[in-house]
Amino acid sequence: MKRKNIEEGIFKILSAVASYSIIAILAFILLIVFVKGFGALNLDMITKTPKGGFYYGGEGGVLNAIVGSIYIGLGSTVIAIIIGAPAALYINVHLIRFKKAQNVVRYFLDALWGIPPIVYGAFGFTLMLYLGMNASLIAGIITVSLLILPIMVRSFDEVLCTIPKGLHEASLALGSTKTEMAYKVMFKQGFSGFITAVLLSFARGIGDAAAVMFTAGYTDLIPVTFDEPAATLPLAVFFQLSSPIPEVRERAYASAAILTIMILVISLVARFVSHRYSKSNIN
Amino acid sequence: MSFSNIDTMTEVSVEQREINDVSSTILQIKDLNVYVEDHHILKNINLEIPKNRVTVLLGPSGCGKTTLLKCMNKLTDLYRELEVSGSILIDGDDILNTSKNVPSIRQKMGLLSQRPYPLPVSIYKNVAYGIKLKGIRDKKLIQYSVQKNLEEVGLWDEVKDRLNSPATSLSIGQQQRLCLARGLAVKPRIILADEPTSALDPISSKTIEELFRRLKKHYTIILVTHVLRQAIRLADNVVFMSDGAIIEQGSPDELFNNPQTDKLKEYLVEGN
Ligand SMILES: Nc1ncnc2c1ncn2[C@@H]1O[C@H](COP(=O)(O)OP(=O)(O)OP(=O)(O)O)[C@@H](O)[C@H]1O
Ligand SMILES: [Mg+2]
Repeated sequence: MKRKNIEEGIFKILSAVASYSIIAILAFILLIVFVKGFGALNLDMITKTPKGGFYYGGEGGVLNAIVGSIYIGLGSTVIAIIIGAPAALYINVHLIRFKKAQNVVRYFLDALWGIPPIVYGAFGFTLMLYLGMNASLIAGIITVSLLILPIMVRSFDEVLCTIPKGLHEASLALGSTKTEMAYKVMFKQGFSGFITAVLLSFARGIGDAAAVMFTAGYTDLIPVTFDEPAATLPLAVFFQLSSPIPEVRERAYASAAILTIMILVISLVARFVSHRYSKSNIN
Repeated sequence: MSFSNIDTMTEVSVEQREINDVSSTILQIKDLNVYVEDHHILKNINLEIPKNRVTVLLGPSGCGKTTLLKCMNKLTDLYRELEVSGSILIDGDDILNTSKNVPSIRQKMGLLSQRPYPLPVSIYKNVAYGIKLKGIRDKKLIQYSVQKNLEEVGLWDEVKDRLNSPATSLSIGQQQRLCLARGLAVKPRIILADEPTSALDPISSKTIEELFRRLKKHYTIILVTHVLRQAIRLADNVVFMSDGAIIEQGSPDELFNNPQTDKLKEYLVEGN
């Protein structure tokens, strides 16, 4: 009895240490980024584009990178949804009777998920040259959408997998075709999960540096058309951090702080949405 | 021939037709076999389901009752591993081998499963779902039908003020009645019910049972149950299965009071 209690106690402490250290690591990252970037965190940073001499400590901000990242994140998310949602439904609705094919498709998606972003970057770069394009917003969007597509499809897929067989049966028994079942029942049932998947893919899209380095390029201007290059926050961090000038390095941390805040907000929204919808839908 | 004679003649013939109707077969299963790889789940099932009667499927767990029910409206489609052969005739269509539109044949049957699975939409839309799939677009008509079917299952008064709330906000017993209402709304002729009360509290079970008793005037009900008393209360016709095969069938009186096989005797003793 006593030994059981001691075991229980030790296990509890270990679990607690593990959980709190994760929180501590997050807090530490935030602390470093904010402390080091604090001096440069001002309104100019998020409302102005770089002016002349910005990279030597001159006036301006990283609005170009903020907007570029949002454009690339949005564009690639939209493309990934358009391709990913039907793909995930296909795996779960039409391939439902073909377990082997399902497994093969899932295996490939998992493998794609594991490929490092720089490889996507290299692929996107080759594709871009082959098509005779320059580093541009559209090339960045396409490359990032390739990067987040497997994430999106597999997350959709996981959501669809949790939908009980009984619900499929119920909707077919009422006279739905498989397609009607997919769009009218499964889509709604999984809605909160899909939103979470979309927001997390979006966060991944705006946070990646390697995929956009050669494909989106970098510019101090805000892109107006798809064939102009676009700046991104991760690259803004990267370039400024490699500067020898302390003010510029401070701005790198400030940019990192902005990126981190954006991603935290996105995950909070994801949590909120999924909580809300799951409360009203799933028992 | 006088008029009154004609009248009586037609009356007789109408009555006769009704009697014929009642005793006629609505669903006919011929040489149905289901395999999963080497496992023979349903063995040469031949069964005629009488119209407007309650047919109860009895049998030990794992004997294939659910599988048999799923064959009847071809939900076996969802399970690749099941190999189904034979034929199941409803209105002359063989649902297993038809070139006709399967969803519309499925609408001839309503399904009530062990646990309620409300669609992830409002209470109203759950009932309207199947009606709309039938191609009915008239709002008034849909509204009327939703109300009528909710009334039929005794749910209308409980939900009329919150028709737009999610169906999952109802209690399990209410959800099961909602599932029945949405099934009835597509005007099926057969109700397939797979242990519909096993997840319910005694009072909700009783409500469902009473509903069945009322519904059997207009519908053919095929009911799987493990509750022998329920079978006795509801059945007109009992089919006893064991290990994938039909062992005995007949009236409840015949089967319960005078079982022929050892398997059924054993089941009746253990089941009580
Ligand atoms: N999709 C499937 N894959 C493999 N085996 C299956 C499948 N569906 C059913 N079986 C097997 O077929 C047999 C009959 O199952 P079924 O669910 O029809 O039994 P049941 O009579 O409804 O049992 P219960 O009373 O417990 O609900 C079982 O041995 C089951 O394991
Ligand atoms: Mg069963």
